[in-house]
Amino acid sequence: MTKVVPDVICPFCGTLCDDIEVEVSDDGKTIVDVYNACAIGAEKFMHTQEGDRVTRPRMQQPDGSYKEVSYDEAVEYTAQMLVKARKPLMYGWSSTSCEAQSVGHEIAEKVGAIIDNTATVCHGSTLIAVQDVGIPSCTLGEIKNRADRIIFWGCNPTHAHPRHQSRYSIYPRGFFTNKGHKNRKVIVVDPRNTDTAKMADVHYQIEQGRDYELLSAFRVALRNEELPDFVAGIPKEKIYEGAELMKSGRFGIIFFGMGVTQSLSKNHNIDNAIMLTKDLNEFTKFSIMAMRGHYNVTGSGQVLGWQFGFPFCVDLTRGFARYNPGETSSNDLLRRGEVDAVFVLGSDPGAHFPISSVKKIAELPSVAVDPHITPTTEVSKLHVPVAFVGIEVGGNCYRMDNVPIDARKVVDPPEGVLTDEEFLTRVNKRVGELMGVN
Amino acid sequence: MTKIALNLISGRTIHQGVAMEAGKEKDAYTKACGIIEMDPSDLKKLGAWRNTNVRVTSPYGSVVVKAVEATQGPHPGLAYIPMGPWANSVTDPNTYSTGMPTFKGVPIEVEVAMNEKVLSSVELVQKKCRGEV
Repeated sequence: MTKVVPDVICPFCGTLCDDIEVEVSDDGKTIVDVYNACAIGAEKFMHTQEGDRVTRPRMQQPDGSYKEVSYDEAVEYTAQMLVKARKPLMYGWSSTSCEAQSVGHEIAEKVGAIIDNTATVCHGSTLIAVQDVGIPSCTLGEIKNRADRIIFWGCNPTHAHPRHQSRYSIYPRGFFTNKGHKNRKVIVVDPRNTDTAKMADVHYQIEQGRDYELLSAFRVALRNEELPDFVAGIPKEKIYEGAELMKSGRFGIIFFGMGVTQSLSKNHNIDNAIMLTKDLNEFTKFSIMAMRGHYNVTGSGQVLGWQFGFPFCVDLTRGFARYNPGETSSNDLLRRGEVDAVFVLGSDPGAHFPISSVKKIAELPSVAVDPHITPTTEVSKLHVPVAFVGIEVGGNCYRMDNVPIDARKVVDPPEGVLTDEEFLTRVNKRVGELMGVN
Repeated sequence: MTKIALNLISGRTIHQGVAMEAGKEKDAYTKACGIIEMDPSDLKKLGAWRNTNVRVTSPYGSVVVKAVEATQGPHPGLAYIPMGPWANSVTDPNTYSTGMPTFKGVPIEVEVAMNEKVLSSVELVQKKCRGEV
């Protein structure tokens, strides 16, 4: 007989679904099936069970092949590398628990490293904008229960956050939205006719990279001022109509994603989107929220925030925390050749950084801590496999609306495999010994 | 040989997400992300059939991917490579002092490369790092 573990947290995207049911074998050792999760979440749970996992650290040999080493050797290499380096980069932190992040930050403080998380290639520009102009936001629960105007700007949750719409934004029946999607009007702004756009009441097929103009045009339209005939490829009549639609709601929300953060203008796009939200609050209640990607990238920002005062790109090399995106951000540091060692945990820059940055990682002493085989592990000098957080070990995570949720353990990791936190704790201890500090 | 100029963006797809979680070293990941989604009108301009290998070149690099018809179109003039090492072989690494590379809005040229192979993610990144491709 199999048994079902209820209320499991899905460790894939920032939606952090908390209603997953996992069927495990009678002895509680293997996952048999996953219910309620999206295709990506289910694949993540099932992949942990495949026999092809790497279960011991691997060191790159001069010919490029990899040789198995013990965890002790891996701890020694990592600690030596971090202590010897003058300016190591410790990057990632988004696919792990807040507890592990905290140990990582302790190491970074000791060795004088730069700590950066995946926001640097995701919502980093959002964080800069929030520091510039603030952010009127809310929780996903409020959206489910109250929101009747939903705007997806430059994001495609159907593909990136597959259950977002059914759990929070379009379909659920909430306290004041008891007719579900019939209570809501959905606007999508995207240069492609995305699968999210196909579900919308109104789709603005904007010219790519013209978000700043269109956001400004909505702010003009709200004030009933004159617009040119076309803005960003959209006729002015449609913009006036859209502004009316936004104003006429009782509670509106703008969700935004990589379409605005990664296009030119970057943080200024978000500045303007936040100011549009502020303007809309003259007429009705409006909020704005970033569609965070990794399940605990928000947590990394939170932990860095309360420990050092900044949410990403934290430079501890001078013994105190500095923050200057463009200077202390991973891609700028790598491209300019300003770091001399790279430690990656809970992320895959090998696949998701521009290739010019990846080449630098391959040239440097480098450690990749990741349960999967990834392009990063295959160019790093050392690959340390670990347990999957949220499946094989619990831990605290933050949802995209900054709500902390404790992830649960479902099954044991493969025999002898350490968790992120255990590995980091051992590295921390060894770093302390090498440096003569506690 | 015909070359056409397009504007490239990248991003997530559900297939990219599933294949990524199943293992980036596997074929499914190459099938999900080693592609370029192009509008049918652009494929016609290029004179390419669907599912033809093409070489994508930007001021920042070059990569071979398979050209497929846009799944979330129409979007003439715009091309889409799912996020991954193939997109990042040609993406614009300039951050303009924000820390954020310019992953969306990269000027590219596309030409047919029928006899060239789409490399797997690990092969592609390792070869790029060694300067072999």
